[in-house]
Amino acid sequence: MDFLPMLIQIFSWVFIVLGSCLMVIGAAGMLRFADFWARLHAASVIESGGMIFLLLGMCLQANDWLIFFKLAFIGLFLFITGPAATHAVAKAALSDQSRKNSTKSAIK
Amino acid sequence: MIQALVLKVITKLMVGFIILFALYVQFHGDYSPGGGFQAGVIFAAAFILYGMVMGLQNVERVLPPWLTHKLMALGVIIYTLVGIYSFFVGYNFLDYGALSPAHPEHGQHYGILLVEFGVGVTVAGVVISIYYAFVNRSKTSKEDE
Repeated sequence: MDFLPMLIQIFSWVFIVLGSCLMVIGAAGMLRFADFWARLHAASVIESGGMIFLLLGMCLQANDWLIFFKLAFIGLFLFITGPAATHAVAKAALSDQSRKNSTKSAIK
Repeated sequence: MIQALVLKVITKLMVGFIILFALYVQFHGDYSPGGGFQAGVIFAAAFILYGMVMGLQNVERVLPPWLTHKLMALGVIIYTLVGIYSFFVGYNFLDYGALSPAHPEHGQHYGILLVEFGVGVTVAGVVISIYYAFVNRSKTSKEDE
């Protein structure tokens, strides 16, 4: 085996295994963490960390430039939309919580 | 209206790409997964996202409800006209060979493209109309209470 293809394979599989580990960690955190904010943090580990590393590994596996750029664009758009979705959920939860707190204090 | 600066910026960034992807799914549907139905739903999803983030008034200024109702009918008309054209030229209903009698394969290509375009227009119109109907309903029911 030549040196460069072997290096690409090594990097690719390191990225894929790292991404899979982050996915499993995020899933375990989403199930086991205590409150909503910690769970949201675990979920965002999946969609930024795990997704980016898996797509990087798959980019290195692709033997066609078309597939490479398709995966790169998927990664770019998920990198923009994933954190935005997490932000929307967190903002909605925060405003809901503050509304509940304000109505509670109004009742008291 | 909720202040959501991040969501507004991301939406402005993404809506164009979503519509572009819908057109890709629409017109590349005979070589890759996709077709009229999926493209219509993705196209509608772009407008629904815009409406959810920017408010109903803004999206209705871009795509007014009467236009979505016309789009629903327009897609069916495109579909039917392709079929009617083929039997006016002497073929069966929706026989795509009529579109290019010298090369029936080319005719089938054009025919499927046109028919899928009709399906896409109708699906986009229906999905956006359903969204408008639901949102307007919640608005009026709040006014009733």
